[in-house]
Amino acid sequence: MLQRILILFGLIGLVLVFYDLVVEFVETDALPPVAEHYVEHGPAEVGAANIVTAVVVTYRGLDTLGEVTVLFIAATGVGLMLKRRNQQPEISERRRPASELVRTGSLFLVSVILLLGIYIFVNGHLTPGGGFQGGAVIASGVLLLLLADPSQKLNHTALSVVESLSGVTYVGLGVLGIVFAGGFLDNSVLGLGMFGQLFSAGLIPLIYVCIGMKVGAELSNVLKNLQEA
Amino acid sequence: MIFILITSFLSLGMLIAAILAIQLKEMIAAIVSAGVVSLFASILFVLLAAPDVAMTEAAIGSGLTTIIFLYALSKINKHEPYEERE
Repeated sequence: MLQRILILFGLIGLVLVFYDLVVEFVETDALPPVAEHYVEHGPAEVGAANIVTAVVVTYRGLDTLGEVTVLFIAATGVGLMLKRRNQQPEISERRRPASELVRTGSLFLVSVILLLGIYIFVNGHLTPGGGFQGGAVIASGVLLLLLADPSQKLNHTALSVVESLSGVTYVGLGVLGIVFAGGFLDNSVLGLGMFGQLFSAGLIPLIYVCIGMKVGAELSNVLKNLQEA
Repeated sequence: MIFILITSFLSLGMLIAAILAIQLKEMIAAIVSAGVVSLFASILFVLLAAPDVAMTEAAIGSGLTTIIFLYALSKINKHEPYEERE
């Protein structure tokens, strides 16, 4: 009974908090000043056709580095927790093999999915998507591999090496910005190039390749740890 | 008009799937309906002109999260006593 009353009070509190927000909501037809700056000066300053990428990688590049770090810590935590579980005596289990359809379909689809992931992060500065999305797509391709053949052994060491190398390269590229351009993660080190071309927007494609490989390796590691635990 | 119809249909679907995810007793069905919430959300993001967010939501929200929940569920079942399994 007391619990219900508390829940009721909680709900009333939420209504009070959000009431003003809902009632006073007006659809704006102009961009806020910061966004307007990004839209108007983004192409000239950063050279990325996808404004979202320009904001994520350059204007708010430090936040993205933070996000990558958070994901890294989360993946490490999952690995640590499941490792400890592994040392207990394992319960022997029978695994039912995947069906013919899943196995054949995965042979066909995995390469296409991996290619799509790579496409998404290489073209992050031109089309929607970027390092995180591409990495997640790659991880789902790896997941399909694991589903098709649960006994498949992914190389933990290779995944860790790819992940660490791309992380270090990401920070290194950022430091290049301090040395050769305006500041940390400034992308104009390589020159902005032709607007809308694949090789343009300075460091952004390189940084997105790093982020994509890092996120893909991290999420694959999480999936593999979960599957082996 | 048609835009409002589609978006309200999707939002309604999200609400129904979210309530199902809480109420369903069958765990696998509950996990899948939680994934459906993300799937509808990602379609909404596309319609609201945010394709970048939609990609993230579709790949992580409805794909990987659902699978991680399913893995966790199978681990929980595995550690139950043997007599209850057969």
